[in-house]
Amino acid sequence: MASSPEALTAGRAIERPAVGRVVRKWLRIAGYIAPAATLYVVFIIVPVVQAVHYSFYNWSGLGPLSEYIGLGNYREAFGDPAFRQAMEHNGILVALSLGLQLPLSLGVALMLNRPLKGRSVLRLIFFTPYILSEAITAIVFLQILQPGGLLDAFLKAIGLGSLVHLWLADLSLVFYTLFVVITWKYIGFAIILFLAGLQGIPPELHEAAAIDGATSWKQLRYITIPMLGPTIRIWAFLSIIGSIQLFDLVWIMTLGGPAGSSSTMATYMVDQGINSLRVGYATTVAVILFGICFVFSTLYQIFVLRRDVSGSSSRMAG
Amino acid sequence: MRFRKLLVLVAVLAAATTVLATAAGVAAPKQKTKSVTLVWWHNANQGAGLALWNAVAKEFHAKHPNVTVKPVAFQNEVLQNTRIPIALQSNNPPDVFQNWGGGSLVDQVKAGKVEDLTPYVKSWIKSLGGSVAGWQVNGKQYAIPYSVGVVGFWYNKDLFKQAGVTSTPKTWPQFMAAIAKLKQAGITPIAVGGRDRWPDAFYWDYLATKVCSKATMQQSAVSYNFSDPCWLKAGQLVDQLLKAQPFQAGFLATPAQQGATSSAGLLANGKAAMELQGHWNPGVMQPLTADNTIPSFLGWFPFPNVPGGKAAPNSLLGGGDGFSCSWKAPEPECAQFLQYISSLSVQRRIGSTNFGLPVAKGSESSVKDPNLKSVLAARSSSPFIQLYLDIAFSRAIGQELDNATADQFAGKATPAQVVSRIAAAAKKK
Repeated sequence: MASSPEALTAGRAIERPAVGRVVRKWLRIAGYIAPAATLYVVFIIVPVVQAVHYSFYNWSGLGPLSEYIGLGNYREAFGDPAFRQAMEHNGILVALSLGLQLPLSLGVALMLNRPLKGRSVLRLIFFTPYILSEAITAIVFLQILQPGGLLDAFLKAIGLGSLVHLWLADLSLVFYTLFVVITWKYIGFAIILFLAGLQGIPPELHEAAAIDGATSWKQLRYITIPMLGPTIRIWAFLSIIGSIQLFDLVWIMTLGGPAGSSSTMATYMVDQGINSLRVGYATTVAVILFGICFVFSTLYQIFVLRRDVSGSSSRMAG
Repeated sequence: MRFRKLLVLVAVLAAATTVLATAAGVAAPKQKTKSVTLVWWHNANQGAGLALWNAVAKEFHAKHPNVTVKPVAFQNEVLQNTRIPIALQSNNPPDVFQNWGGGSLVDQVKAGKVEDLTPYVKSWIKSLGGSVAGWQVNGKQYAIPYSVGVVGFWYNKDLFKQAGVTSTPKTWPQFMAAIAKLKQAGITPIAVGGRDRWPDAFYWDYLATKVCSKATMQQSAVSYNFSDPCWLKAGQLVDQLLKAQPFQAGFLATPAQQGATSSAGLLANGKAAMELQGHWNPGVMQPLTADNTIPSFLGWFPFPNVPGGKAAPNSLLGGGDGFSCSWKAPEPECAQFLQYISSLSVQRRIGSTNFGLPVAKGSESSVKDPNLKSVLAARSSSPFIQLYLDIAFSRAIGQELDNATADQFAGKATPAQVVSRIAAAAKKK
């Protein structure tokens, strides 16, 4: 009896600091992440799980969840030509953003990176639209693009009256009209990102290449664009996610119409959920939208962004 | 110092005793008439309506000191589409809330979210006449209307004269002839807010109201059976109208109410001769004009009758605003409040401020505006007023009606497809 407490204390004296340190370390970590983790769980994880739950019901948002229909909502969504049309629009938007906005913004960024008279004014002009909210942009362009509006009057004044179209009412044109407005609004963001990226390229590289006789085209191809790689990849990621989730601008300008010709998955979702009060079905659309974004982000992280991220983490470790 | 502290203590104690005594004094009569608060959500977020409802809340409190009314104003679509559905699903709904009747009310009743007012309103509901029927479900009263209007053509008298249209069209062929005359004179005959979809649906709704019998209309709003050929006929007449190209350029993208280039703005600024709209249109048009006044050229005529239609002549499309009490509302206070809104004193003010078209018998004379007077006259003499179909139908079905007719306006749906899409939406329900 007399020796055992001693032995215990001795044992503790050896073990306690080790165990205690580990426990304390984890407690500290838990303490640091608890506030953020709580917010994340309450406002992200729980709603996502709830949404998946709702998506199996035919539910108007009123009364209890009682009509379980399994995958019925999913079948309806993928079978609905209006939803397929909306998905197609999102796809076209992604392709146009990468295919047109990238070269355009890169070109402007390269131009603004050179010593140029009035460069800061030009930078300001290109960046200003990005500061406007989508709602304000939409309302301004709604007025500009009205039949007989500012754009039509301008075209007529410079003798291009034959180019006047029903920019928002022509079923085959409206989606591309919206794309131009989106480009106007978001190109400033890409330009600023690329300008920052260009600033990070050491001038020695260009000097050395110039001494070796590389033409400016070759410098662009083999130095500038590879060095801008991480910036371009991050921009492409933001642009694609933004294109998939596009809502505000379209909703205010056209409500996705006429006849669904400018719809996106998000406008379709709000139409079904808020206007038609088909809350269960709209939640299904939200889950599909979430799934597309989730799968895309994960794949993009694994296959595209990994080299940028691992590069930076190894640098941090070094 | 010590003496001072003691003084403070005494003073505090004395004050506390007084407060307690007063509280006890107030509490005693409270037990006789419990003190309640009515939270009241409505859509009159500006102008005459807002002022009136604020006054009504104060007046009711003066008459019933134990009831405090807290009015909260919302923009209409926000209230109807977002706030009310979410609040009704929560455990904290408003006590009194705006109700448009029809299919949404049926859904609310089915979910047990609105109170049956029948026992509370029995003694006075007759004073409101037949318009209360739109707010009944299975013969029980679930909401009380305070304003009921009808849809009709708001038109520009000057432009009609200019085109040589001497009298307002009474029949569909006369109407089509008037369109032809206006077009010949280089005037845009009709402005329509196609972007918002429901203005398109007004044409389909109205033509159905004119060609279908009252019985068909009433049965279809419950059974969602659209096999009667009159529904197809309505869509064919819409096609006939579309073929005449009476609408402004780019009407598919025109908003109904926002800005001078909206359909209401086009009519208000003399850019179009007509618009098919509800009784609220003068209020929408006023801020869209350069001088912020309702244009003097404005006139109103009811939707023309369709010869050969099964409907009784002068059947109209309309709807209105009412209030209901949620399942959490205190009774009988909530019903008493609705009774006060239905009183002649309040109803007359609804009319005299052009806020709405009152429903109480004896309040008609309060409407002074000549155009609203003609709307009221049409309402009074109509044998049957069909509730706007997108409101009369359950929400999802009503929206599909709006979407399908908007697609027809865009040339993307045939009359037969419109009917089958509405029927398909009803099957999903």
